[in-house]
Amino acid sequence: MIRQPGSKPEVMGRRIHILAGLRALLPETGLITEPNLLKPYETDGLSAYRQVPLAVALPETTEQVAAVLKYCHQNGVRVVPRGAGTSLSGGALPMEDSVVVGMMRMNQILDIDYPDRCAVVQAGVTNIGITNAVSENGFFYAPDPSSQLACMIGGNVNMNSGGAHCLKYGVTANNLLGLKIVTIDGDIIDIGGAHLDAAGYDWLGLLTGSEGMLAIVTEVTVRILRGPEGARAMLAAFGSNEIAGAAVDAIISSGIIPVALEFMDRPAIHACEAFAHAGYPLDAEAMLIIEVEGSAEEQDRLLGQLSAICQRFDPLSLKVSQSPEESLAIWKGRKGAFGAVGRISPDYLCMDGTIPTSQLPHVLRRIQEMSDSYGLKVANIFHAGDGNLHPLIMFDANDPSSFHKAEEFGADILKLCVEVGGCLTGEHGVGVEKRDLMQVQFHAHELQQQREIKSAFDPDWLLNPSKVFPLLEPEAAGLPQAA
Amino acid sequence: MISEDSILATVADAVRAREPLLIQGNGTKSGMLRPVQAARTLSTAGLSGINLYAPKELIISAWAGTPLPEIEAALAASGQHLIAEPPDLSSLLGKTGKPQTLGGITASNLSGPRRVAWGAMRDHVMGVRAVTGRAEIIRSGGRVLKNVTGLDLCKLLTGSYGTLGVITEVTLKVLPAPDATGTLVLPGLDAAAGTAALSAALGSPFGVSGAAWLPQDAAARVPGLAGIGGPLTLIRIEDFAPSVLYRIGRLKDQYALPGAITLDTAQSRSVWADVRDAKPLAAGADDAVWRVSVRPSAGPGVLNALRASGTVGFLDWGGGLVWLAGPADTATHAAVEAAARAAGGVWTLLRAPDTLRGAVSVVPDEAAPMARITRAVKAAMDPGGILNPGRLYAGL
Ligand SMILES: Cc1cc2nc3c(=O)[nH]c(=O)nc-3n(C[C@H](O)[C@H](O)[C@H](O)COP(=O)(O)OP(=O)(O)OC[C@H]3O[C@@H](n4cnc5c(N)ncnc54)[C@H](O)[C@@H]3O)c2cc1C
Repeated sequence: MIRQPGSKPEVMGRRIHILAGLRALLPETGLITEPNLLKPYETDGLSAYRQVPLAVALPETTEQVAAVLKYCHQNGVRVVPRGAGTSLSGGALPMEDSVVVGMMRMNQILDIDYPDRCAVVQAGVTNIGITNAVSENGFFYAPDPSSQLACMIGGNVNMNSGGAHCLKYGVTANNLLGLKIVTIDGDIIDIGGAHLDAAGYDWLGLLTGSEGMLAIVTEVTVRILRGPEGARAMLAAFGSNEIAGAAVDAIISSGIIPVALEFMDRPAIHACEAFAHAGYPLDAEAMLIIEVEGSAEEQDRLLGQLSAICQRFDPLSLKVSQSPEESLAIWKGRKGAFGAVGRISPDYLCMDGTIPTSQLPHVLRRIQEMSDSYGLKVANIFHAGDGNLHPLIMFDANDPSSFHKAEEFGADILKLCVEVGGCLTGEHGVGVEKRDLMQVQFHAHELQQQREIKSAFDPDWLLNPSKVFPLLEPEAAGLPQAA
Repeated sequence: MISEDSILATVADAVRAREPLLIQGNGTKSGMLRPVQAARTLSTAGLSGINLYAPKELIISAWAGTPLPEIEAALAASGQHLIAEPPDLSSLLGKTGKPQTLGGITASNLSGPRRVAWGAMRDHVMGVRAVTGRAEIIRSGGRVLKNVTGLDLCKLLTGSYGTLGVITEVTLKVLPAPDATGTLVLPGLDAAAGTAALSAALGSPFGVSGAAWLPQDAAARVPGLAGIGGPLTLIRIEDFAPSVLYRIGRLKDQYALPGAITLDTAQSRSVWADVRDAKPLAAGADDAVWRVSVRPSAGPGVLNALRASGTVGFLDWGGGLVWLAGPADTATHAAVEAAARAAGGVWTLLRAPDTLRGAVSVVPDEAAPMARITRAVKAAMDPGGILNPGRLYAGL
């Protein structure tokens, strides 16, 4: 079980006073303090962990965010920024003595500039909301996490989220131009803008993926891209994980970089097919979804070449989508994968390590062995082109020992990822979930260096403390971490 | 050949002696930004060699002192390339007789024409090792293509010009090099019309990977464009050969401009290498050189506004990168600052005599709250202030 730092007695003791002070800074309905209304904020996508916060602030402007942060700073109150709360690593999990700053009311699209191919949006705009705002002109915002209907751009920035199409289009970090941030002092700072290269240090890059620990993001300037003429997917089914892995290698080696190259193992195929009826091959041990883009002739040519490559690996079946509807159905299965697994097992942990792709067969074999020895089922879904694994570990939440085993199994998988040259998290972030595994990947002095960079932004450790870094003893006792 | 440990030892000595170090690879970029006052020089040039190249995993890892041409050659042998198309600016920055290094191009985050579509150097740095000013070797990122574990110090160190750490190893994402390249050349458009054409091309579904506008005299400096005449708007497609043909054809129809011509793969590669290396820039021996980064539609305005100050230049990145050369004096620099600021963009003083680059803001000064954080981050990584002091900002 994850340890949280102790509450600050001076904050808990002045609770009434602090809430009154905050209320004065926000619109009438902008501060939630009633226990039943706080309940929805007690957890995020990692729902095994829950903690009701002191209060939830719902600012509507950057200036209100600044006022709230300045006040919290002056009063030593911890702050947990929150977007849609879909984090799978507990990034938005509150502490008992913290104020959650929820960004959902800052949901306006401020500017769309087609000639310069960028848009300025508030942090609470959903990921899909950006694409929806520009799609009538054939544009889109490229990173497409499966949670894109709900998750917000401010959350995407802070998690550096990926998606199924980042093999071609990159992750969030590669699709940003600028940010408006508020520091814990209440200062408002503009980073970058509508131009491509900022001069000086890459604060945009450092803030991206900083998990709410450095500043609150209130506005984001994103790149928008013109969509391709068309896109089409194909399915290739293979007799083993090894063979499918070899096919992935062969595809990348051919010089073709598909826009998406997704891998599912047998349990994942079955779960998703039962959910989406996409015509997934139930006889296969492993399946690839491969998508290409371009004109109809370009799609035909690339899919022909990809089919020829797959043919060399004795596929059980190859199916090229014949229509946009078929492509959509293929993706519906993949994008609904978490929900689909949720139907077989209401409780599951979604892991998120990355490995060198050459290690795929070895890692999948080891995961299967672990699954057998823990007695817990696992389904593997995987961004194959970039080595980002999503093993879904199924457990029974009514049985505490089952959850405990699932956590240990997950930790073993992530340690394995690091052991074979990979990392703990490819796109879901460290949060609280992987915090105590950070020592597996980093030396103590490397973590200390990162802590000191956090301290440069937030000397008193008020912004989302107790995330990402293993707790040091003073912090566990509720004191700021010594730099 | 030197080792990473010997770099660590040199830094540790300097920390102990409180003696600043000038950090460089082969020193090909020492003329950029502000001059550094340091008693000793620490070069990574001796720390050279490719440590890992896994073409199927799209990953290459090499010591910081590895000559960039060596890396490019290794990639080319496997049909791959550096995505950001980093330039070789030796014709502007002076030839040292030595090639630029991987560490140098990473520490300066310099990208070429492909940046407009495929991202900068910083977008493809997947891992770094560096010796900090605390005399510690730290790692960030790794050797995989997706990694959000901890703060992204790869991005912080990339483009930090050796002021936060001595980069010792860099791991890059690479991609298959395109089969073919084609260029659509539109003659006769002025800067504003050219930039509008580039915007339309970049906003088309055809995957444009290069978009530049050259005034007449700049175009005349590019051998591959000799004899066409007039200002030229250049649009590049890189893909499989049939796709290049098809896409260039569609773009050509879209503009339906008389006199449009297309360049084949060989011609295109030579022209874009020249654009990448700023060959179209007519920088006199005594001129200063700036790169201004603005929203693309503002590029022509910056170029035109500064003509009165005696500068010449051209546009890359669809108008968003303004290359400028002009008198190396504070008045001209102030004009460049004003034009960049008015357009909401930023400038980098790429080349100037020490007297000028020591006296002006070579990049924009940060707003006070950001500058405070900058000083704190610098203190966190280089508490003694021994790494390239003053390279980016005076007194830092
Ligand atoms: C079904 C499902 C599918 C998913 N699929 C993907 C996927 O394909 N790819 C992927 O990468 N992730 C995926 N995720 C994870 C999650 O959706 C992403 O991490 C997402 O970016 C979180 O956005 P959010 O708005 O929900 O942020 P939250 O969960 O509310 O917060 C995430 C983190 O960001 C911080 N934060 C949020 N907003 C701000 C702000 N404005 N300023 C400062 N800090 C802030 C929070 O403190 C927290 O640390 C999935 C999650 C679910 C539940």
